[in-house]
Amino acid sequence: MAAVEMVGKRKYNNLWLDFAGVCILFFLALPTFIVIPMSFSGASYLEFPPESWSFRWYESYFGSSEWMRSTRTSLLVAFLTTIIATPLGSLAAYGLTFTSARVRNVSQLIVVVPILVPVILIAIGVFHLYAKLGLNYTITGIVIAHTSLAVPFVIITVLAGLKNYDFNQELAARSLGASRPRALLTITLPQVKFSIQTGALLAFITSLDEVVVSMFVSGGENATITRRMFNSLRDQVDPTIAAISSCLIIISVSALVTVLIFNRNQSKDQI
Amino acid sequence: MNIASNNQLEGLNSKELAKARRKEGRLFFNLSLPSLITILIVVFIPVFWLSSLSFFDRAGDFSWENYDRIFQSQLYIKTFIVTLKISFITLFFCILLGYPLCYWLSQLPNRLASILMIFVLLPFWTSILVRTYAWLVILQRNGIINDTLISIGWIDEPLQLAHNLTGSIIGMVHILLPFFILPLFASMRSIDNNFIRAAISLGSTPRGAFWQVFFKMSLPGFFAGTVLVFVLALGTYVTPALLGGGKIQMLAQRIDSTIMLYSNWGAASALGVVLLILAFAVIWIFNRAFGIDKLFMR
Repeated sequence: MAAVEMVGKRKYNNLWLDFAGVCILFFLALPTFIVIPMSFSGASYLEFPPESWSFRWYESYFGSSEWMRSTRTSLLVAFLTTIIATPLGSLAAYGLTFTSARVRNVSQLIVVVPILVPVILIAIGVFHLYAKLGLNYTITGIVIAHTSLAVPFVIITVLAGLKNYDFNQELAARSLGASRPRALLTITLPQVKFSIQTGALLAFITSLDEVVVSMFVSGGENATITRRMFNSLRDQVDPTIAAISSCLIIISVSALVTVLIFNRNQSKDQI
Repeated sequence: MNIASNNQLEGLNSKELAKARRKEGRLFFNLSLPSLITILIVVFIPVFWLSSLSFFDRAGDFSWENYDRIFQSQLYIKTFIVTLKISFITLFFCILLGYPLCYWLSQLPNRLASILMIFVLLPFWTSILVRTYAWLVILQRNGIINDTLISIGWIDEPLQLAHNLTGSIIGMVHILLPFFILPLFASMRSIDNNFIRAAISLGSTPRGAFWQVFFKMSLPGFFAGTVLVFVLALGTYVTPALLGGGKIQMLAQRIDSTIMLYSNWGAASALGVVLLILAFAVIWIFNRAFGIDKLFMR
């Protein structure tokens, strides 16, 4: 109950606010899901609601060796990015909590730059750096680029987790004879586990969904799925994209649900 | 005497302790070096290199000619105007939709608000490409909106919703709205409603209490959301490229086409530098006012 409205006389204000709130939530969440029923359409063009149902667009996706190859590339890149960015970012967040405020502030500025710099500038710049190093169109190249885009999300998530953690617990462990690494691994790590897992999932999704850098540095044998989707969308609205999009939506929703379950467990632990 | 020496001892000790703490800080800073170096190599160096190209002419000598060119060419000036216009319109709608939503959520019971926040997080976790595609499907000539409006008889001819400015803005508002909501909601949630009750009991009107207490206390989150939306809107590439139908050229696409179609690196680089200056001016002001950590830390 809104405090302001509670005191105010005109109660209907609240109803309008309820209505507006629900509408805005629908605007946010619904449009994306319209793609899922459409991907089961039997027609050769997109219609809603579909008049006939079929799996033809899924067959066209899973039957295409080109789409399958880029799906494998994307999943491999996202997996490698996750297993590199998660430890790097977690260590960085741990280290930054002990540094002086000044150093931490400068480091945080550096960390948020990859999120805020227009990604087209990163893409063109990296493309030319890689041209000199021969890294364009290689898995290594894409993974390095995606790692630098994913690491900030891991650092931000883990820093937030460490903020709620009482470091005296680590001091207690050390005063009882544990070495610093041991205290970190057995006392601190299990308690910020959920933040690290959330960071890892964010890193995975960041890499899987990344478009602009992938358009420049991936290609040929190693084209990512987003690169192929973007190019195909520029030409026409191919219903196969609806099937692929539905699969990507399922992955995103699963990742988010996992994170929400972590958070629930975490808040239970804290109580 | 005894007390004095004690004080002296403590003073010595605190100096040593501070020194040890600084040393420890430096040691732990090393842990963040792998991340920071990766970001420096993959993001900073390439972007600096690209920016540096704008200060040289085709012969490789230092000159301002690229900047002269982009500020004299109608084409580039139009791109700046379109980019700023779209960014401001997007920001306007994000505030218009985001502020009431956050206020509403912040006044609901915590549990319900957390459940409803899933609707905000869902698009945040979904691919921009997928969401843009969904809007393409919804807004196209024979898309859901046009079909519905025609079948209920409101319009006879399909509206032109996609492949233009309208489509680009709808898509961008949808994509950037969560970036506005997340910091603002965090900010509003930490406001204690007792402050508003106190203001009212001290004679303020409910409306006055809202603007003078609640709104002012929500400002850090409000500005964090504003900065995020505006800066990300300035650099948007994917959404206008797909929903603008080739008619809408924002700075990011102009930079891309200036290099890829016309191989004019100097001009593209100068456009990039202007884009960076715009973005960082906004971020710098925010950093001075609130501190950069308020931008993402919840």
